[in-house]
Amino acid sequence: MSLSVDIRRSFGGFDLRTAFDAPEGVTVLFGRSGSGKTSVVKSVAGLVTPEQGNITLNGRVLFDAATRTDLPVHKRRLGYVFQDSRLFPHLSVQDNLCYAARVSGRGVKDPREVGALLGISHLLDRRTHSLSGGEAQRVAIGRALLSEPDMLLMDEPLASLDGPRKAEILPYLETLRRETGLSILYVTHNMAEVARLATHIVLIDEGRVVRSGAPEEVLTDPDMVRLLGIRDAGAVLSATVSRHYSDGLSALAISAGEIMLPTVDAPVGAKIRVRILAQDVILARARPEGLSALNILPARVLAVRRGEGPGVIVQLQAGEDRLLARITRRSADTLNIIEGAECYAVMKSVAVSQTDIAVGLQTGL
Amino acid sequence: MIGWLGPEEWQAVALSLKVSFWATLLSLPFGLLCALALARGRFIGRDVLNWLVHLPLVLPPVVTGYLLLLGFGRQGPIGSVLDDIFGITLAFQWTGAALAASIMAFPLMVRAMRLAIEAVDPKLEEAAATLGASRIKVFSTVTLPLILPGIIAGAVLAFAKAMGEFGATITFVSNIPGETRTVPSAIYAFLQVPGGETSAIRLVIVAVVIAIGALILSEWLSRRVARRISGV
Repeated sequence: MSLSVDIRRSFGGFDLRTAFDAPEGVTVLFGRSGSGKTSVVKSVAGLVTPEQGNITLNGRVLFDAATRTDLPVHKRRLGYVFQDSRLFPHLSVQDNLCYAARVSGRGVKDPREVGALLGISHLLDRRTHSLSGGEAQRVAIGRALLSEPDMLLMDEPLASLDGPRKAEILPYLETLRRETGLSILYVTHNMAEVARLATHIVLIDEGRVVRSGAPEEVLTDPDMVRLLGIRDAGAVLSATVSRHYSDGLSALAISAGEIMLPTVDAPVGAKIRVRILAQDVILARARPEGLSALNILPARVLAVRRGEGPGVIVQLQAGEDRLLARITRRSADTLNIIEGAECYAVMKSVAVSQTDIAVGLQTGL
Repeated sequence: MIGWLGPEEWQAVALSLKVSFWATLLSLPFGLLCALALARGRFIGRDVLNWLVHLPLVLPPVVTGYLLLLGFGRQGPIGSVLDDIFGITLAFQWTGAALAASIMAFPLMVRAMRLAIEAVDPKLEEAAATLGASRIKVFSTVTLPLILPGIIAGAVLAFAKAMGEFGATITFVSNIPGETRTVPSAIYAFLQVPGGETSAIRLVIVAVVIAIGALILSEWLSRRVARRISGV
Protein backbone atom coordinates (compact mmCIF):
# COMPACT_ATOMS: atom_id res chain seq x y z
CA MET A 1 0.00 0.00 0.00
CA SER A 2 1.77 3.12 -1.10
CA LEU A 3 1.47 6.25 -3.15
CA SER A 4 4.25 7.31 -5.44
CA VAL A 5 4.35 10.88 -6.72
CA ASP A 6 6.83 12.40 -9.14
CA ILE A 7 5.39 15.46 -10.80
CA ARG A 8 6.28 18.76 -12.32
CA ARG A 9 3.95 21.68 -12.77
CA SER A 10 4.52 25.35 -13.50
CA PHE A 11 1.87 27.93 -12.76
CA GLY A 12 1.88 31.62 -11.99
CA GLY A 13 5.67 31.83 -11.86
CA PHE A 14 5.78 28.90 -9.46
CA ASP A 15 7.74 25.80 -10.35
CA LEU A 16 6.59 22.64 -8.61
CA ARG A 17 8.91 19.65 -8.85
CA THR A 18 7.90 17.16 -6.27
CA ALA A 19 8.82 13.53 -5.88
CA PHE A 20 8.10 11.38 -2.85
CA ASP A 21 6.66 8.07 -1.74
CA ALA A 22 3.95 7.85 0.84
CA PRO A 23 4.12 4.46 2.58
CA GLU A 24 1.26 2.89 4.51
CA GLY A 25 0.14 5.05 7.42
CA VAL A 26 -0.27 8.78 7.71
CA THR A 27 2.07 10.74 5.48
CA VAL A 28 2.13 14.39 6.36
CA LEU A 29 3.02 16.92 3.69
CA PHE A 30 4.43 19.75 5.71
CA GLY A 31 5.37 23.16 4.41
CA ARG A 32 4.60 26.83 4.78
CA SER A 33 1.64 28.29 2.96
CA GLY A 34 2.62 28.76 -0.66
CA SER A 35 5.11 25.90 -0.59
CA GLY A 36 3.04 23.95 -3.11
CA LYS A 37 1.64 21.23 -0.88
CA THR A 38 -2.00 21.81 -1.81
CA SER A 39 -1.01 21.66 -5.47
CA VAL A 40 0.52 18.26 -4.84
CA VAL A 41 -2.64 16.86 -3.22
CA LYS A 42 -4.84 18.34 -5.93
CA SER A 43 -2.63 16.69 -8.53
CA VAL A 44 -3.00 13.36 -6.76
CA ALA A 45 -6.79 13.79 -6.71
CA GLY A 46 -6.85 14.85 -10.36
CA LEU A 47 -8.27 18.31 -9.63
CA VAL A 48 -5.25 19.85 -11.35
CA THR A 49 -3.10 18.30 -14.03
CA PRO A 50 0.70 18.30 -13.79
CA GLU A 51 2.70 18.90 -16.96
CA GLN A 52 5.10 16.05 -16.45
CA GLY A 53 5.65 13.02 -14.30
CA ASN A 54 3.50 10.28 -12.89
CA ILE A 55 1.36 9.36 -9.91
CA THR A 56 0.82 5.75 -8.89
CA LEU A 57 -1.30 4.35 -6.08
CA ASN A 58 -0.68 0.71 -5.13
CA GLY A 59 0.55 0.01 -8.64
CA ARG A 60 -2.52 1.66 -10.18
CA VAL A 61 -1.46 4.48 -12.53
CA LEU A 62 -3.48 7.61 -11.79
CA PHE A 63 -1.45 9.91 -13.96
CA ASP A 64 1.40 9.44 -16.38
CA ALA A 65 2.39 12.23 -18.71
CA ALA A 66 4.55 9.86 -20.78
CA THR A 67 1.62 7.61 -21.72
CA ARG A 68 -0.93 10.43 -21.53
CA THR A 69 -2.79 8.67 -18.76
CA ASP A 70 -4.95 11.00 -16.73
CA LEU A 71 -7.60 9.15 -14.80
CA PRO A 72 -10.64 11.38 -14.22
CA VAL A 73 -11.24 12.54 -10.66
CA HIS A 74 -14.26 10.32 -10.10
CA LYS A 75 -12.38 7.17 -11.09
CA ARG A 76 -9.37 7.67 -8.81
CA ARG A 77 -11.03 6.22 -5.70
CA LEU A 78 -9.49 8.79 -3.40
CA GLY A 79 -11.40 10.38 -0.56
CA TYR A 80 -10.75 14.10 -0.31
CA VAL A 81 -11.36 16.12 2.84
CA PHE A 82 -11.10 19.82 2.07
CA GLN A 83 -10.26 22.68 4.38
CA ASP A 84 -13.87 23.83 4.12
CA SER A 85 -16.22 20.91 4.63
CA ARG A 86 -18.00 21.36 1.27
CA LEU A 87 -21.14 19.56 2.40
CA PHE A 88 -23.99 19.66 -0.11
CA PRO A 89 -26.46 22.26 1.19
CA HIS A 90 -29.46 20.67 -0.50
CA LEU A 91 -28.93 17.30 1.19
CA SER A 92 -29.33 16.17 4.78
CA VAL A 93 -26.37 14.88 6.77
CA GLN A 94 -27.49 11.32 6.05
CA ASP A 95 -27.76 12.01 2.31
CA ASN A 96 -24.37 13.70 2.31
CA LEU A 97 -22.88 10.62 3.92
CA CYS A 98 -24.55 8.33 1.41
CA TYR A 99 -23.72 10.50 -1.58
CA ALA A 100 -20.89 8.28 -2.86
CA ALA A 101 -23.11 5.20 -2.71
CA ARG A 102 -25.80 7.05 -4.63
CA VAL A 103 -23.59 8.25 -7.49
CA SER A 104 -21.18 5.38 -7.85
CA GLY A 105 -22.80 2.46 -6.09
CA ARG A 106 -19.46 1.53 -4.56
CA GLY A 107 -20.00 2.78 -1.02
CA VAL A 108 -21.47 -0.18 0.80
CA LYS A 109 -20.35 0.57 4.34
CA ASP A 110 -23.03 1.26 6.89
CA PRO A 111 -23.23 5.02 7.53
CA ARG A 112 -24.10 4.23 11.16
CA GLU A 113 -20.75 2.53 11.64
CA VAL A 114 -18.87 5.55 10.34
CA GLY A 115 -21.24 7.77 12.31
CA ALA A 116 -20.26 6.01 15.50
CA LEU A 117 -16.57 6.21 14.65
CA LEU A 118 -16.75 9.97 14.13
CA GLY A 119 -19.36 10.76 16.76
CA ILE A 120 -21.94 12.05 14.28
CA SER A 121 -24.67 9.43 14.67
CA HIS A 122 -26.97 11.93 16.38
CA LEU A 123 -26.67 14.34 13.44
CA LEU A 124 -27.93 12.08 10.65
CA ASP A 125 -31.34 13.74 10.26
CA ARG A 126 -30.01 17.28 10.50
CA ARG A 127 -29.64 19.75 7.67
CA THR A 128 -26.05 20.74 7.03
CA HIS A 129 -26.51 24.46 7.73
CA SER A 130 -27.26 23.77 11.38
CA LEU A 131 -23.96 22.00 12.03
CA SER A 132 -21.05 23.59 13.85
CA GLY A 133 -17.74 23.85 12.03
CA GLY A 134 -16.34 20.84 13.84
CA GLU A 135 -19.45 18.74 13.21
CA ALA A 136 -19.51 19.69 9.53
CA GLN A 137 -15.88 18.67 9.14
CA ARG A 138 -16.52 15.31 10.81
CA VAL A 139 -19.46 14.72 8.44
CA ALA A 140 -17.16 15.60 5.54
CA ILE A 141 -14.62 13.06 6.78
CA GLY A 142 -17.37 10.46 7.13
CA ARG A 143 -18.64 11.21 3.64
CA ALA A 144 -15.14 10.67 2.22
CA LEU A 145 -14.73 7.43 4.21
CA LEU A 146 -18.03 6.07 2.91
CA SER A 147 -16.81 6.37 -0.66
CA GLU A 148 -14.51 3.48 0.31
CA PRO A 149 -11.38 5.18 -0.98
CA ASP A 150 -8.02 3.49 -1.50
CA MET A 151 -6.46 6.45 0.26
CA LEU A 152 -7.71 9.51 2.10
CA LEU A 153 -6.42 12.95 1.12
CA MET A 154 -6.79 15.60 3.78
CA ASP A 155 -5.92 19.15 2.84
CA GLU A 156 -5.53 21.12 6.06
CA PRO A 157 -8.78 19.69 7.40
CA LEU A 158 -8.47 21.58 10.68
CA ALA A 159 -7.13 24.89 9.40
CA SER A 160 -10.50 26.62 9.27
CA LEU A 161 -11.42 25.60 12.81
CA ASP A 162 -10.64 27.42 16.03
CA GLY A 163 -8.55 25.91 18.83
CA PRO A 164 -11.29 24.07 20.76
CA ARG A 165 -12.80 22.69 17.52
CA LYS A 166 -9.37 21.43 16.47
CA ALA A 167 -8.96 19.72 19.79
CA GLU A 168 -12.41 18.20 19.27
CA ILE A 169 -11.49 16.61 15.94
CA LEU A 170 -7.89 15.46 16.50
CA PRO A 171 -8.87 12.45 18.65
CA TYR A 172 -11.26 11.33 15.89
CA LEU A 173 -8.44 11.49 13.38
CA GLU A 174 -6.29 9.37 15.67
CA THR A 175 -9.12 6.88 16.01
CA LEU A 176 -9.59 6.90 12.27
CA ARG A 177 -5.95 6.08 11.69
CA ARG A 178 -6.03 3.31 14.25
CA GLU A 179 -9.38 1.69 13.41
CA THR A 180 -9.59 1.87 9.65
CA GLY A 181 -5.96 1.27 8.74
CA LEU A 182 -6.61 3.56 5.80
CA SER A 183 -3.55 5.34 4.46
CA ILE A 184 -3.80 9.10 4.62
CA LEU A 185 -1.99 11.89 2.83
CA TYR A 186 -2.34 14.80 5.21
CA VAL A 187 -1.43 18.38 4.39
CA THR A 188 -0.74 20.80 7.18
CA HIS A 189 1.52 23.52 8.45
CA ASN A 190 0.60 22.88 12.05
CA MET A 191 3.32 21.10 14.02
CA ALA A 192 0.97 19.81 16.70
CA GLU A 193 -0.99 17.89 14.06
CA VAL A 194 2.25 16.54 12.60
CA ALA A 195 3.43 15.34 15.98
CA ARG A 196 0.16 13.62 16.77
CA LEU A 197 -0.68 12.03 13.45
CA ALA A 198 2.36 11.56 11.23
CA THR A 199 3.96 8.19 10.65
CA HIS A 200 5.94 9.64 7.76
CA ILE A 201 6.82 13.22 6.99
CA VAL A 202 7.52 14.92 3.69
CA LEU A 203 8.88 18.45 4.07
CA ILE A 204 8.16 20.73 1.13
CA ASP A 205 9.70 24.10 0.47
CA GLU A 206 9.19 26.17 -2.68
CA GLY A 207 7.80 23.21 -4.56
CA ARG A 208 10.67 20.86 -3.71
CA VAL A 209 10.84 18.01 -1.24
CA VAL A 210 13.65 18.94 1.13
CA ARG A 211 13.41 15.99 3.48
CA SER A 212 11.27 12.94 4.05
CA GLY A 213 11.36 10.21 6.62
CA ALA A 214 10.09 9.08 10.01
CA PRO A 215 8.96 11.90 12.33
CA GLU A 216 11.55 10.92 14.94
CA GLU A 217 14.32 11.64 12.47
CA VAL A 218 12.92 14.52 10.48
CA LEU A 219 11.67 16.51 13.45
CA THR A 220 14.95 16.23 15.32
CA ASP A 221 17.10 17.17 12.36
CA PRO A 222 18.63 20.51 13.37
CA ASP A 223 18.95 21.50 9.72
CA MET A 224 15.17 21.35 9.35
CA VAL A 225 14.46 23.63 12.28
CA ARG A 226 14.33 26.78 10.19
CA LEU A 227 11.72 25.19 7.94
CA LEU A 228 9.66 23.72 10.76
CA GLY A 229 9.63 27.03 12.57
CA ILE A 230 11.95 27.83 15.44
CA ARG A 231 9.16 28.04 18.02
CA ASP A 232 7.56 24.82 16.81
CA ALA A 233 10.75 22.79 16.60
CA GLY A 234 10.85 19.83 18.89
CA ALA A 235 11.21 16.09 19.17
CA VAL A 236 8.48 13.48 19.13
CA LEU A 237 9.14 10.67 21.57
CA SER A 238 7.46 7.30 21.90
CA ALA A 239 6.63 6.52 25.49
CA THR A 240 4.81 3.92 27.55
CA VAL A 241 2.58 4.94 30.45
CA SER A 242 4.14 3.29 33.51
CA ARG A 243 2.22 4.76 36.45
CA HIS A 244 -0.40 7.32 37.40
CA TYR A 245 0.12 9.32 40.59
CA SER A 246 -2.58 10.86 42.71
CA ASP A 247 -0.95 14.30 42.62
CA GLY A 248 -1.85 14.81 38.98
CA LEU A 249 1.20 13.35 37.33
CA SER A 250 1.85 10.32 35.16
CA ALA A 251 5.16 8.54 34.80
CA LEU A 252 6.19 7.61 31.28
CA ALA A 253 8.95 5.24 30.31
CA ILE A 254 11.12 6.39 27.44
CA SER A 255 14.37 4.90 26.21
CA ALA A 256 16.49 7.26 28.31
CA GLY A 257 14.61 6.66 31.55
CA GLU A 258 11.42 7.98 33.05
CA ILE A 259 9.71 11.31 32.67
CA MET A 260 6.82 12.88 34.56
CA LEU A 261 4.00 14.62 32.76
CA PRO A 262 0.62 16.00 33.79
CA THR A 263 -1.87 13.11 33.93
CA VAL A 264 -2.05 11.34 30.60
CA ASP A 265 -5.47 10.08 29.59
CA ALA A 266 -4.35 6.52 28.84
CA PRO A 267 -4.10 3.32 30.90
CA VAL A 268 -0.84 1.97 32.30
CA GLY A 269 1.00 0.13 29.54
CA ALA A 270 -0.44 2.27 26.74
CA LYS A 271 1.91 3.50 24.06
CA ILE A 272 1.72 7.22 23.55
CA ARG A 273 3.59 9.90 21.71
CA VAL A 274 4.88 13.06 23.34
CA ARG A 275 6.10 16.18 21.66
CA ILE A 276 8.81 18.05 23.52
CA LEU A 277 9.51 21.52 22.19
CA ALA A 278 13.14 22.56 21.76
CA GLN A 279 12.51 25.75 23.69
CA ASP A 280 11.20 23.82 26.70
CA VAL A 281 14.48 21.93 27.13
CA ILE A 282 17.24 23.32 29.36
CA LEU A 283 20.80 21.96 29.31
CA ALA A 284 23.12 21.45 32.28
CA ARG A 285 26.64 20.11 32.24
CA ALA A 286 26.37 18.62 35.77
CA ARG A 287 23.34 16.86 37.19
CA PRO A 288 21.38 19.74 38.72
CA GLU A 289 20.34 19.64 42.36
CA GLY A 290 17.53 21.47 44.12
CA LEU A 291 15.63 22.11 40.90
CA SER A 292 11.86 22.29 40.56
CA ALA A 293 11.90 20.66 37.15
CA LEU A 294 11.15 16.95 37.52
CA ASN A 295 12.63 15.59 34.33
CA ILE A 296 16.37 15.30 34.07
CA LEU A 297 17.74 13.00 31.36
CA PRO A 298 21.38 12.24 30.67
CA ALA A 299 22.21 13.06 27.06
CA ARG A 300 25.05 13.50 24.63
CA VAL A 301 25.35 16.38 22.16
CA LEU A 302 25.15 15.18 18.57
CA ALA A 303 25.22 18.50 16.78
CA VAL A 304 25.06 22.21 17.40
CA ARG A 305 23.56 24.57 14.81
CA ARG A 306 24.06 28.28 15.10
CA GLY A 307 21.45 30.47 13.50
CA GLU A 308 21.44 34.17 12.80
CA GLY A 309 19.83 35.12 16.08
CA PRO A 310 21.07 34.76 19.64
CA GLY A 311 19.99 31.14 19.85
CA VAL A 312 21.50 27.82 18.89
CA ILE A 313 19.80 24.50 18.29
CA VAL A 314 21.38 21.51 20.01
CA GLN A 315 20.60 17.99 18.86
CA LEU A 316 20.86 15.44 21.66
CA GLN A 317 20.95 11.71 21.95
CA ALA A 318 19.06 10.53 25.04
CA GLY A 319 18.91 6.75 25.18
CA GLU A 320 17.65 5.73 21.77
CA ASP A 321 15.72 8.93 21.29
CA ARG A 322 16.76 12.22 19.88
CA LEU A 323 15.87 15.53 21.41
CA LEU A 324 16.28 19.12 20.39
CA ALA A 325 17.14 21.94 22.75
CA ARG A 326 17.13 25.62 21.97
CA ILE A 327 19.52 27.62 24.11
CA THR A 328 21.37 30.90 23.77
CA ARG A 329 24.68 31.08 21.97
CA ARG A 330 26.16 32.62 25.12
CA SER A 331 25.15 29.60 27.22
CA ALA A 332 26.47 27.22 24.60
CA ASP A 333 29.83 29.00 24.69
CA THR A 334 29.99 29.32 28.49
CA LEU A 335 29.06 25.68 29.08
CA ASN A 336 31.19 24.49 26.18
CA ILE A 337 28.29 22.68 24.52
CA ILE A 338 30.02 21.08 21.57
CA GLU A 339 29.56 17.89 19.61
CA GLY A 340 30.18 14.89 21.84
CA ALA A 341 29.71 16.77 25.11
CA GLU A 342 27.90 14.90 27.88
CA CYS A 343 25.14 16.86 29.53
CA TYR A 344 21.69 16.71 31.13
CA ALA A 345 18.47 17.70 29.41
CA VAL A 346 16.02 19.29 31.83
CA MET A 347 12.30 19.60 31.12
CA LYS A 348 9.47 21.01 33.20
CA SER A 349 6.56 18.58 33.42
CA VAL A 350 3.96 21.27 32.99
CA ALA A 351 5.62 22.54 29.80
CA VAL A 352 4.06 19.65 27.91
CA SER A 353 0.43 20.44 27.11
CA GLN A 354 -2.28 17.86 26.48
CA THR A 355 -2.38 18.84 22.80
CA ASP A 356 1.20 17.63 22.49
CA ILE A 357 0.30 14.14 23.65
CA ALA A 358 -1.08 11.55 21.26
CA VAL A 359 -2.72 8.64 23.03
CA GLY A 360 -3.99 5.32 21.83
CA LEU A 361 -1.27 4.41 19.38
CA GLN A 362 -1.06 0.75 18.57
CA THR A 363 2.26 0.83 16.89
CA GLY A 364 5.33 1.88 18.77
CA LEU A 365 6.15 4.43 16.13
CA MET B 1 -64.33 34.26 -16.55
CA ILE B 2 -65.48 32.81 -19.86
CA GLY B 3 -68.94 34.26 -19.27
CA TRP B 4 -67.55 37.62 -18.25
CA LEU B 5 -65.26 37.85 -21.27
CA GLY B 6 -66.69 38.07 -24.77
CA PRO B 7 -65.85 35.19 -27.15
CA GLU B 8 -63.32 37.31 -29.04
CA GLU B 9 -61.64 38.38 -25.79
CA TRP B 10 -61.60 34.86 -24.45
CA GLN B 11 -60.08 33.66 -27.70
CA ALA B 12 -57.24 36.15 -27.27
CA VAL B 13 -56.61 35.12 -23.65
CA ALA B 14 -56.60 31.40 -24.48
CA LEU B 15 -54.31 31.98 -27.44
CA SER B 16 -51.91 34.08 -25.34
CA LEU B 17 -51.76 31.35 -22.70
CA LYS B 18 -51.12 28.69 -25.35
CA VAL B 19 -48.47 30.75 -27.14
CA SER B 20 -46.67 31.67 -23.90
CA PHE B 21 -46.80 28.12 -22.56
CA TRP B 22 -45.15 26.66 -25.64
CA ALA B 23 -42.75 29.55 -26.01
CA THR B 24 -41.55 28.99 -22.44
CA LEU B 25 -41.45 25.22 -22.56
CA LEU B 26 -39.55 24.98 -25.84
CA SER B 27 -37.01 27.66 -24.97
CA LEU B 28 -36.23 26.09 -21.55
CA PRO B 29 -33.60 23.56 -22.74
CA PHE B 30 -31.98 26.10 -25.07
CA GLY B 31 -32.02 28.70 -22.33
CA LEU B 32 -30.36 26.32 -19.91
CA LEU B 33 -27.69 25.36 -22.45
CA CYS B 34 -26.96 29.01 -23.25
CA ALA B 35 -26.86 29.92 -19.57
CA LEU B 36 -24.45 27.04 -18.88
CA ALA B 37 -22.25 28.01 -21.81
CA LEU B 38 -22.17 31.65 -20.76
CA ALA B 39 -21.64 30.94 -17.07
CA ARG B 40 -19.14 28.11 -17.36
CA GLY B 41 -17.95 27.84 -20.94
CA ARG B 42 -14.52 28.98 -22.04
CA PHE B 43 -14.72 29.04 -25.81
CA ILE B 44 -14.11 31.34 -28.74
CA GLY B 45 -17.29 33.15 -29.64
CA ARG B 46 -18.59 33.29 -26.09
CA ASP B 47 -18.93 37.06 -26.35
CA VAL B 48 -20.74 36.71 -29.66
CA LEU B 49 -23.20 34.27 -28.08
CA ASN B 50 -23.71 36.69 -25.23
CA TRP B 51 -24.55 39.53 -27.66
CA LEU B 52 -26.88 37.33 -29.69
CA VAL B 53 -28.79 36.24 -26.60
CA HIS B 54 -29.16 39.82 -25.40
CA LEU B 55 -29.90 41.35 -28.79
CA PRO B 56 -33.74 41.06 -28.53
CA LEU B 57 -33.52 43.02 -25.28
CA VAL B 58 -31.96 46.07 -26.93
CA LEU B 59 -33.29 45.91 -30.50
CA PRO B 60 -36.63 47.59 -31.21
CA PRO B 61 -39.14 44.69 -31.12
CA VAL B 62 -40.38 45.63 -34.54
CA VAL B 63 -36.85 45.07 -35.88
CA THR B 64 -36.71 41.62 -34.27
CA GLY B 65 -40.11 40.84 -35.77
CA TYR B 66 -39.03 41.98 -39.21
CA LEU B 67 -35.78 39.95 -38.99
CA LEU B 68 -37.90 36.92 -38.04
CA LEU B 69 -40.11 37.55 -41.03
CA LEU B 70 -37.06 37.76 -43.31
CA GLY B 71 -35.55 34.60 -41.86
CA PHE B 72 -38.59 32.48 -41.07
CA GLY B 73 -41.03 33.78 -43.67
CA ARG B 74 -42.08 31.39 -46.41
CA GLN B 75 -39.44 32.88 -48.72
CA GLY B 76 -36.81 33.26 -45.99
CA PRO B 77 -33.75 31.00 -45.86
CA ILE B 78 -34.89 29.12 -42.73
CA GLY B 79 -38.62 29.41 -43.37
CA SER B 80 -38.41 27.89 -46.85
CA VAL B 81 -36.38 24.95 -45.57
CA LEU B 82 -38.89 24.32 -42.75
CA ASP B 83 -41.73 24.58 -45.26
CA ASP B 84 -40.16 22.35 -47.93
CA ILE B 85 -38.81 19.61 -45.70
CA PHE B 86 -41.03 19.54 -42.65
CA GLY B 87 -44.11 21.30 -43.94
CA ILE B 88 -43.92 23.73 -41.03
CA THR B 89 -45.04 27.28 -41.61
CA LEU B 90 -44.37 29.87 -38.97
CA ALA B 91 -45.31 33.16 -40.59
CA PHE B 92 -48.85 34.27 -39.77
CA GLN B 93 -49.38 31.16 -37.60
CA TRP B 94 -49.73 30.86 -33.83
CA THR B 95 -46.49 28.83 -33.87
CA GLY B 96 -44.77 31.90 -35.28
CA ALA B 97 -46.20 33.95 -32.41
CA ALA B 98 -44.70 31.40 -30.03
CA LEU B 99 -41.32 31.71 -31.75
CA ALA B 100 -41.41 35.50 -31.58
CA ALA B 101 -42.45 35.39 -27.92
CA SER B 102 -39.73 32.90 -26.99
CA ILE B 103 -37.02 34.94 -28.71
CA MET B 104 -38.13 38.12 -26.99
CA ALA B 105 -38.30 36.35 -23.63
CA PHE B 106 -35.01 34.47 -24.11
CA PRO B 107 -32.64 37.11 -22.65
CA LEU B 108 -34.66 37.28 -19.42
CA MET B 109 -34.73 33.51 -19.08
CA VAL B 110 -31.00 33.10 -19.73
CA ARG B 111 -30.12 35.93 -17.38
CA ALA B 112 -32.00 34.41 -14.44
CA MET B 113 -30.53 30.95 -15.07
CA ARG B 114 -27.03 32.28 -15.57
CA LEU B 115 -27.13 34.13 -12.26
CA ALA B 116 -28.22 30.92 -10.54
CA ILE B 117 -25.44 28.88 -12.18
CA GLU B 118 -22.82 31.46 -11.28
CA ALA B 119 -24.00 31.31 -7.68
CA VAL B 120 -23.20 27.58 -7.47
CA ASP B 121 -19.87 27.00 -5.75
CA PRO B 122 -17.68 24.96 -8.15
CA LYS B 123 -15.98 23.58 -5.03
CA LEU B 124 -19.13 21.56 -4.32
CA GLU B 125 -18.88 20.03 -7.78
CA GLU B 126 -15.21 19.23 -7.16
CA ALA B 127 -16.17 17.52 -3.93
CA ALA B 128 -18.84 15.50 -5.74
CA ALA B 129 -16.29 14.35 -8.31
CA THR B 130 -13.90 13.16 -5.60
CA LEU B 131 -16.79 11.12 -4.19
CA GLY B 132 -17.06 9.23 -7.46
CA ALA B 133 -19.60 11.25 -9.42
CA SER B 134 -19.08 11.50 -13.17
CA ARG B 135 -19.64 14.88 -14.82
CA ILE B 136 -23.23 14.00 -15.72
CA LYS B 137 -23.91 12.78 -12.18
CA VAL B 138 -22.33 15.91 -10.73
CA PHE B 139 -24.68 17.98 -12.86
CA SER B 140 -27.81 16.01 -12.05
CA THR B 141 -27.18 15.54 -8.32
CA VAL B 142 -25.49 18.81 -7.35
CA THR B 143 -25.64 21.54 -9.99
CA LEU B 144 -29.22 21.03 -11.19
CA PRO B 145 -30.86 20.86 -7.75
CA LEU B 146 -28.94 23.97 -6.69
CA ILE B 147 -29.98 26.02 -9.74
CA LEU B 148 -33.59 24.85 -9.79
CA PRO B 149 -34.92 28.08 -8.23
CA GLY B 150 -33.14 30.06 -10.94
CA ILE B 151 -34.59 27.84 -13.67
CA ILE B 152 -38.09 28.30 -12.30
CA ALA B 153 -37.64 32.03 -11.89
CA GLY B 154 -36.34 32.24 -15.46
CA ALA B 155 -39.26 30.24 -16.79
CA VAL B 156 -41.87 32.33 -14.99
CA LEU B 157 -40.25 35.58 -16.12
CA ALA B 158 -40.12 34.27 -19.67
CA PHE B 159 -43.80 33.30 -19.48
CA ALA B 160 -44.78 36.75 -18.26
CA LYS B 161 -42.69 38.42 -20.93
CA ALA B 162 -44.21 36.14 -23.61
CA MET B 163 -47.71 37.07 -22.43
CA GLY B 164 -46.93 40.72 -23.02
CA GLU B 165 -45.02 40.46 -26.30
CA PHE B 166 -46.46 42.75 -28.94
CA GLY B 167 -44.04 44.43 -31.36
CA ALA B 168 -42.19 41.44 -32.74
CA THR B 169 -45.34 39.33 -32.81
CA ILE B 170 -47.49 41.74 -34.77
CA THR B 171 -44.66 42.37 -37.25
CA PHE B 172 -43.87 38.68 -37.78
CA VAL B 173 -47.30 37.03 -37.63
CA SER B 174 -49.68 39.98 -37.94
CA ASN B 175 -52.91 40.24 -35.95
CA ILE B 176 -55.22 37.46 -37.14
CA PRO B 177 -58.14 36.72 -34.80
CA GLY B 178 -57.97 33.19 -33.45
CA GLU B 179 -54.56 32.56 -34.94
CA THR B 180 -52.13 35.28 -33.87
CA ARG B 181 -54.26 37.80 -32.01
CA THR B 182 -52.80 37.54 -28.51
CA VAL B 183 -53.97 39.70 -25.60
CA PRO B 184 -51.72 42.71 -26.42
CA SER B 185 -52.64 42.55 -30.11
CA ALA B 186 -56.32 42.26 -29.19
CA ILE B 187 -56.13 45.29 -26.87
CA TYR B 188 -54.46 47.20 -29.66
CA ALA B 189 -57.15 46.09 -32.14
CA PHE B 190 -60.04 46.95 -29.78
CA LEU B 191 -58.62 50.43 -29.28
CA GLN B 192 -58.66 51.01 -33.04
CA VAL B 193 -62.45 50.56 -33.33
CA PRO B 194 -65.14 52.80 -31.81
CA GLY B 195 -66.74 51.22 -28.72
CA GLY B 196 -63.93 48.77 -28.23
CA GLU B 197 -62.78 50.34 -24.92
CA THR B 198 -64.81 48.04 -22.66
CA SER B 199 -63.32 44.94 -24.27
CA ALA B 200 -59.88 46.53 -24.05
CA ILE B 201 -60.34 47.31 -20.35
CA ARG B 202 -61.45 43.74 -19.59
CA LEU B 203 -58.36 42.40 -21.34
CA VAL B 204 -56.19 44.92 -19.47
CA ILE B 205 -57.58 43.55 -16.19
CA VAL B 206 -56.87 39.98 -17.34
CA ALA B 207 -53.32 40.98 -18.34
CA VAL B 208 -52.69 42.63 -14.97
CA VAL B 209 -54.09 39.64 -13.05
CA ILE B 210 -51.99 37.15 -15.02
CA ALA B 211 -48.85 39.27 -14.63
CA ILE B 212 -49.27 39.65 -10.87
CA GLY B 213 -50.22 35.98 -10.57
CA ALA B 214 -47.04 34.99 -12.41
CA LEU B 215 -44.93 37.14 -10.10
CA ILE B 216 -46.52 35.69 -6.97
CA LEU B 217 -46.17 32.16 -8.33
CA SER B 218 -42.49 32.63 -9.15
CA GLU B 219 -41.79 34.13 -5.73
CA TRP B 220 -43.58 31.26 -4.01
CA LEU B 221 -41.93 28.57 -6.15
CA SER B 222 -38.43 29.89 -5.79
CA ARG B 223 -38.81 30.41 -2.06
CA ARG B 224 -40.12 26.87 -1.71
CA VAL B 225 -37.29 25.41 -3.73
CA ALA B 226 -34.70 27.59 -2.02
CA ARG B 227 -35.96 26.35 1.33
CA ARG B 228 -35.71 22.76 0.22
CA ILE B 229 -32.18 23.34 -1.05
CA SER B 230 -30.64 25.24 1.81
CA GLY B 231 -32.75 23.53 4.44
CA VAL B 232 -33.46 26.83 6.20
